[in-house]
Amino acid sequence: MTFELILVLAAGLFCIGLFGALSQQSIVMIMMGIELMIGGIIVAAACFWHFLAPDAPSGQVIVVAAVVAMAVEMAMGFAVTTAIYRARQVDMTDMAECLKG
Amino acid sequence: MTTTDLLLLGVLGALALTGGVLVFTLDSMARVTFSLLASLACAGGMVTVLGLPYLGVVIVLMMVMEMVIMAVFMIAYMMNPAGLMPMSMLHNKRGSLVISAVAFAALVVGIFGVSWPRRTGARPKDTTFQVGMSLMGRQMLTMVTLGFVLLATMVGATVLATHRGRYDRFGDGLDQRPANDPAGGGVGR
Amino acid sequence: MTEAGAWWTLLAAPAMLLALAGLAAAGHAVLAARDAGRPVGPAAMVRPFTGVPRALLAQPRRLPAPDVLLWRAGVITVPVAAVLSTLVIPFGGVTVADLSVGVVWFNAMEVLTWAGLWLAGWGPDAAFPLVGGYRFLAQGLAYELPLMFALISAATGAQSLRVGDIATSQQGLWYAVWMPVAFIVYLAGVLAFSFLGPFAYPAGRDLAGGVMSETSGADRLVLRAGRWLWLAAGAAMAVPLFLGGGAGPGMPAWAWQAVKTLLVLAALVLALRRLPMIRADRYVEFAWVVLIPLTIVQVLVPALVDLNR
Repeated sequence: MTFELILVLAAGLFCIGLFGALSQQSIVMIMMGIELMIGGIIVAAACFWHFLAPDAPSGQVIVVAAVVAMAVEMAMGFAVTTAIYRARQVDMTDMAECLKG
Repeated sequence: MTTTDLLLLGVLGALALTGGVLVFTLDSMARVTFSLLASLACAGGMVTVLGLPYLGVVIVLMMVMEMVIMAVFMIAYMMNPAGLMPMSMLHNKRGSLVISAVAFAALVVGIFGVSWPRRTGARPKDTTFQVGMSLMGRQMLTMVTLGFVLLATMVGATVLATHRGRYDRFGDGLDQRPANDPAGGGVGR
Repeated sequence: MTEAGAWWTLLAAPAMLLALAGLAAAGHAVLAARDAGRPVGPAAMVRPFTGVPRALLAQPRRLPAPDVLLWRAGVITVPVAAVLSTLVIPFGGVTVADLSVGVVWFNAMEVLTWAGLWLAGWGPDAAFPLVGGYRFLAQGLAYELPLMFALISAATGAQSLRVGDIATSQQGLWYAVWMPVAFIVYLAGVLAFSFLGPFAYPAGRDLAGGVMSETSGADRLVLRAGRWLWLAAGAAMAVPLFLGGGAGPGMPAWAWQAVKTLLVLAALVLALRRLPMIRADRYVEFAWVVLIPLTIVQVLVPALVDLNR
């Protein structure tokens, strides 16, 4: 039962992050939502490793990859924010919708 | 799992969820950033309790550095700089709520509906050793890929974020020494 | 071999750290008295502690719109992280918590200072402390990576992240001898995360005290204690990492360890009084262009030695 409950918790983190990423206007807040989603994935991966296949190192490798994804997302997110702010003083997604179909 | 472990998991999980909710309900930007830090640090704590002390502590370490930097950018790029006014900067709140609630419901149904396989194998004595041997052995390709991704990120992020190139620093003929920099460096390049 | 300590070590370790920090502050005060031409004696030694009762009783300064919650959290984080970081340091063969990832734990606790000091700068909602908080981040981005590589050098040499294993693996030859770059960078890192001496930039006099400028009463006491606690914790960690832990002829392990820790602490206090303050924008370039390549080469040395062992 612990296994399922931890997965529900990870799903909760993921969906809170999803809500934030979808509803926030500020680019920085969207990135916070994505961070929370990846946090949920990390918890879920550790949970799968611990309860299903502790002798397989791949579960840990997924956690490493998720942590790297977090770092990359942060760095590129701030770089894009800086670039778009420098070019057009834009810091909200609603102000940068000229490619919207 | 011992009772202490279960108790720790419960407390850390509750704190992680609370922190996550606070991220999108608090008004102050500094508080928002640090509740995200609390949430992710609790996630790192859960990873530690689940038997991965190295990854757990590294997650905590990385999240502290990342969130402090995030606070700097947050304050640089959001209006309402002092964070003292109530702010609501949302769009399509109802749609987002519906989508995330449906996603959560689907995930929960999946979690309890799937018949999970039985646990195979035993936990190795040193889990840090396990991940190290894996990354430097069979998963070497993953490690190399992650390394290149990080290198590309460093280069790409710097190129995107800076507005000055070498001609700004060294002049049109690239012969101007010392370089024309807005801030002086320590080694006099 | 190290063993996990009994419950009372959980109280003894912070008490010892506090005593070390007090010694460092007293030594610093004596040196200051000598430089100022005041008589050097017991009076000069207790001088930094005479303000303690007054700080505890004083009415705290009131500010127009502080974020008290974050401010308190930041101020308390600094000394608490210092105390937590010492839980993994073996003393005479006993560790409070003999973690298998001790080095990473120490590093994580040290990084908590980033959050603590930035919050201590943000909390009062005043200009000088905020600038001080930002200054510490700039400095952190400079000192952190070389420091991490220095820690990795020691861990690579011992092929273990357990602090006790690192101490015992230095049989015969200290890491400080054949990894001098890592040792010096580590000591510079200690001064940096205790923001003292050459790295006092976040609390510089040019900023009217920076992060410290608006704290008062017990808060100020806690923050200042945090600095010296971190200096003491860094000195204590240097001994198992680079100076062979408690190994030595004639005396028991705990005595050797105490002697070595005190010597490192004395050297740090002397250095922080001698060296001028360095601006973060200068140190960042030096750290990234000179120190990071040097420390990476330094990590390569124990890695090659391990391969040929």
